[in-house]
Amino acid sequence: MDQIQKTLLEEIADLHEVPAGAYNIRANGEMAGRNTTANIDIVTKEDKQGIDIIIKSGTKNESVHIPVVLSQSGIEEMVYNDFHIGDDCDVTIVAGCGIHNGGDKKSQHDGIHSFFIGKNSKVKYVEKHYGQGDGSGERIMNPQTIIEIGEDSYMEMETVQIKGVDSTDRITKARLADRASVKVIEKLVTHGKQYARTYFEVEMDGEDSSANVISRAVARDESYQIFLAKMNGNNKCAGHSECDAIIMDNAKISAIPEITANNLDAQLIHEAAIGKIAGEQIVKLMTLGLTEAEAEEQIVNGFLK
Amino acid sequence: MLELKNISFTVEENGVTKDILKDVSLTIDDKKFVAITGPNGGGKSTLAKIIVGIEKPTSGTILFNGQDITDMSITDRAKLGISYAFQQPVRFKGIRVKDLIKLAAGDGISVAGACEYLSEVGLCARDYINREVDSSLSGGELKRIEIATIIARNTELSVFDEPEAGIDLWSFKNLIKVFEKMHQKEKTIVIISHQERILNIADEIIVVAAGAIKDKGPKDVILPQVLHGNTLEGCKHYND
Ligand SMILES: Nc1ncnc2c1ncn2[C@@H]1O[C@H](COP(=O)(O)OP(=O)(O)OP(=O)(O)O)[C@@H](O)[C@H]1O
Ligand SMILES: [Mg+2]
Repeated sequence: MDQIQKTLLEEIADLHEVPAGAYNIRANGEMAGRNTTANIDIVTKEDKQGIDIIIKSGTKNESVHIPVVLSQSGIEEMVYNDFHIGDDCDVTIVAGCGIHNGGDKKSQHDGIHSFFIGKNSKVKYVEKHYGQGDGSGERIMNPQTIIEIGEDSYMEMETVQIKGVDSTDRITKARLADRASVKVIEKLVTHGKQYARTYFEVEMDGEDSSANVISRAVARDESYQIFLAKMNGNNKCAGHSECDAIIMDNAKISAIPEITANNLDAQLIHEAAIGKIAGEQIVKLMTLGLTEAEAEEQIVNGFLK
Repeated sequence: MLELKNISFTVEENGVTKDILKDVSLTIDDKKFVAITGPNGGGKSTLAKIIVGIEKPTSGTILFNGQDITDMSITDRAKLGISYAFQQPVRFKGIRVKDLIKLAAGDGISVAGACEYLSEVGLCARDYINREVDSSLSGGELKRIEIATIIARNTELSVFDEPEAGIDLWSFKNLIKVFEKMHQKEKTIVIISHQERILNIADEIIVVAAGAIKDKGPKDVILPQVLHGNTLEGCKHYND
């Protein structure tokens, strides 16, 4: 693995060396390392690009890292990763994609991650997207996450895209069984002429299921973001989605909620707030000796924390 | 030394010009503790904002240690050694108390250092240091954190805008101690206040009403007039 790939790995997965526990590292379209454990198996798919990650029932306090790095300009790939998580698990999954594009051809990673979560399990899923490189080639990532959560299970998904992705279309769909719950935290920053579309769709099928989707977004320069959150309450359930966004320069953000109660006992809330940084916040930090630019940076960093 | 020379501040509202400050001149000597008081809407906060650079005067000049700072930015004035505790402190999203205090103190102070400033304003550091400076803080908590940031800055001149507002009785005593301590450290303090007990520890009192300085002088002379005198009028249209 070369230095550029190592840097990408650090950015997307905080990895300085091979991770502990199970992992599968994909670099420039090929497997660059894999480790399995007694409870977590990773199998290469036969019919298409991607892997199956099989986590045995009862697996506790284990983690799986499956980072993807692209350092060669012009690679375009479509990868399917399926997570089969048994009952009574408590696991952390760290995914993420880093693209370095130093050339003039476009580099694109499209990934479909499917989660099949059994009963009474807890899954934390962390995903980071990052791009770098001074080539004129575009860096494109289109992640899809399809989640099925079994009875009494809980999944928390943290998805972050801070830098360097020119275009992204992010789709997350979740279906919840009885007493299942999902929490999604998205942090998204776009700059330059970047484009990002986020689409959430949650089907709360189970009784007492719940969903909480929180998005914090910052759009700078000429960038454009669209946030769509669709929630269907099909049973006695509680759903909450929230889009809190800062626009700067000439950026644009649209937030489009769609909440549907198909059951009398469904309780759904959507909140959205888009605006520029409050002038008084900048003024306050300037009275502490920060320049206007430094003040903005502090406010944005805090907002995204 | 801070000198304001013939400061006027006029705003335009629906085509009508409104004189908020009218030809205000005053000098605040080094190491002095000066209290500014006067009726609501008299122009006290505006005066403070003009000193700090948040508002630019329509005319007049401001000198700080002899240097003309009239056209200087908020940032540069802050760096020169001017601090301002807001009447209504600003709330943020995601910025924690310790972040704010660290920014105020400048070069990377430790968490322990930040805690000390909180203790000075009577906040249990452990409970507050990691809290966000957002709408979850009560008015009084926010006000005290605001004061802690100004203590942390430790600048030559500090302007406090009604620091006692919303602060409970017990903490009020401590607050007085905070100001006395700053005063002992030979800093210049300007406090805008309606509180007799604060006016009472000042060296000088300035009374601002209807955009002008109505009275100024040593505390012993001005305070009795403010408390017993008939200096404050009611609605000027009342007898029309
Ligand atoms: N930007 C502005 N536009 C219009 N009117 C303003 C502006 N700033 C201040 N004023 C008005 O100027 C007057 C003085 O306001 P200021 O906040 O300085 O009063 P104050 O003496 O601090 O009052 P208080 O004791 O209530 O805090 C008020 O009538 C206020 O409404
Ligand atoms: Mg005021």
